[in-house]
Amino acid sequence: MSQPRFEGSRNYVTTPDLMLAVNAAIRLQRPLLIKGEPGTGKTMLAEEVAAALELPLLQWHIKSTTKAQQGLYEYDAVSRLRDSQLGDDRVKDIGNYIVKGVLWQAFEAERPTVVLIDEIDKADIEFPNDLLRELDRMEFHVYETRQTIQARHRPIVFITSNNEKELPDAFLRRCFFHYIKFPDRDTMQRIVDVHFPGIRKELLREALEVFFGLRDIPGLKKKPSTSELIDWLKLLVAEDIPPEALHSPDGKAAIPPLHGALLKNEQDVHLFERLVHMARLNR
Amino acid sequence: MLIDFFLHLKARKLPVSTREFLTLLEGLREHVCGHSIDDFYHFARACLVKDESLYDRFDQAFGEYFKGVSAIPGLEVDLPEEWLRAMMKKHLTPEERAKLEKLGWDKLMDEFRKRLAEQKGRHQGGSKWIGTGGSSPFGNSGTHPEGIRVGGDSANRSAVKVWEKREFRNLDDAVELGTRNIKVALRRLRRFAREGAAEELDLDGTIAATARNAGWLDLMMRPERHNAVKVLLFLDVGGSMDDHVRVCEELFSACRLEFKHLEYFYFHNCVYEGVWRDNARRHRERTPLLDVIHKYGPDYKLIFVGDATMSPYEILHPHGSIEHMNAESGATWLRRLLDAYPAAAWLNPEPERLWGYRQSIQLIHEIVGGRMYPLTLEGLARAMQGLSKKH
Repeated sequence: MSQPRFEGSRNYVTTPDLMLAVNAAIRLQRPLLIKGEPGTGKTMLAEEVAAALELPLLQWHIKSTTKAQQGLYEYDAVSRLRDSQLGDDRVKDIGNYIVKGVLWQAFEAERPTVVLIDEIDKADIEFPNDLLRELDRMEFHVYETRQTIQARHRPIVFITSNNEKELPDAFLRRCFFHYIKFPDRDTMQRIVDVHFPGIRKELLREALEVFFGLRDIPGLKKKPSTSELIDWLKLLVAEDIPPEALHSPDGKAAIPPLHGALLKNEQDVHLFERLVHMARLNR
Repeated sequence: MLIDFFLHLKARKLPVSTREFLTLLEGLREHVCGHSIDDFYHFARACLVKDESLYDRFDQAFGEYFKGVSAIPGLEVDLPEEWLRAMMKKHLTPEERAKLEKLGWDKLMDEFRKRLAEQKGRHQGGSKWIGTGGSSPFGNSGTHPEGIRVGGDSANRSAVKVWEKREFRNLDDAVELGTRNIKVALRRLRRFAREGAAEELDLDGTIAATARNAGWLDLMMRPERHNAVKVLLFLDVGGSMDDHVRVCEELFSACRLEFKHLEYFYFHNCVYEGVWRDNARRHRERTPLLDVIHKYGPDYKLIFVGDATMSPYEILHPHGSIEHMNAESGATWLRRLLDAYPAAAWLNPEPERLWGYRQSIQLIHEIVGGRMYPLTLEGLARAMQGLSKKH
């Protein structure tokens, strides 16, 4: 069987190293762990790979209360108890009360699937360890019905992490790892081209200048990320801001319009305004 | 042949395992990556390195091992003129620029280029990367072009070998300490407990209660889990701490967000009978330290943040404080606090290697029973580990 290959997609710009990591994960059927600054498109990667390979995507968003078991199945004991009190016939078959989780759905799917385990670091510290065997052997046992579920096709698993907790070594050893670094200017240009094909060249150039200038300011609490740039451009285009507005003609520093989309913290905005003010005085 | 490479990585203290190495070989057999060394580098990194803070170490180790394999085209860096000019402008202060302009741009460019070549050569020799240093006319030790991408699109990216750029340098260990990283480190102190309103179904309790109820459903609820750790934070302000304002600010804001039960007080140099909450009114509104001890129970974790840099008199002698007449010595008050709170740590923003040279740091280090940690990510992690032990 020829393995599918991911070559990037129309909506998502990948760097060669990311593409290589994705293809290695697909080829060797191991999970791919993705880390990176917030807003660099970790979650989008799984969506785009699924779309590009035309495979169904199953998403599992992790919260601090999520248990590993919930990804496999849950035994709805409470409804069974209630049904038993009401004398419902369904109660005789325990299988009626087994709720399938994301991994079960992926394992029994007719064709390979893409599974996204989003923000795995949100969960309890033991969570990744509880999934070791399931991700490794792609099988698990259902105690209630005494059956073993085995994957028909090994799903392509993407795991994202925001680095809030360290993941256990045993888990890491079974994954490929890729750290999405912040895109450089050229990659950023490609990303913006993908999102706004019609954007005027000069507006984009000025906007990127302002954006990378902002990221260079030391001391910002939250540097603007790719997704914030995209939002800001959306606003600029919607408001029909001319490129000159981003760059004052007399060479004086100016506060870019709609900067609220880029700076999300009032201390940052304040710092930025002070810097602009200082720059003006110096001229 | 790659066994040596694997052992080399191990020797460079990268936590690589046999399993990951076998995965690498499997991938090579399956032709996951192309034949170029760049592809191999990326694939090896995805297989073997599972933490971006180790990327830099991997880059160095990879460079050392494969420095013989240099038959890759485009090895020499070709720097465009405008880029050089832009770099020069970016890194020079106006005075330096004025001084340099006397020398003339062309000469400077030559010098700059020579410097670059030299640096590259030195690295090829296998020794550590050396910055241009303070004596250089370029003024800024961060001027290595290796940190900045050279060249335009991906087609000529191979102009500089990827690992030699060492883009992940600042992700290594103790260097970067933003609020986010601090929060992550503080999170190790989490201790979950069930408190407050009963909102969650307690399944086990329900089953047990129902069984006791002879099969009639008896729903049991319980409160959700929350982080119940309590922290008492003492921050040194003013004087020699001014150099560390920023890192302390970051630590403080991270603490505020991370701990729901956080009580904080300020002191100057050493704690005495009174501490304060508001720096603007520090002389008028003081909280007696005994009140603090009586008010907050021993389940609070005690964290000091201070450089412990002062005259030893301020710690050891009554009336030693530089600000007021203290009847009892700082050491007495410190010990009182430490007795009241068994879980304690002192975070020191001064680099650990300097501790041995300052008598006062040594003294405090002794008083807190060796529980002094540097205010770096790694030190913070150690401190949190120490605090979360059972006392």
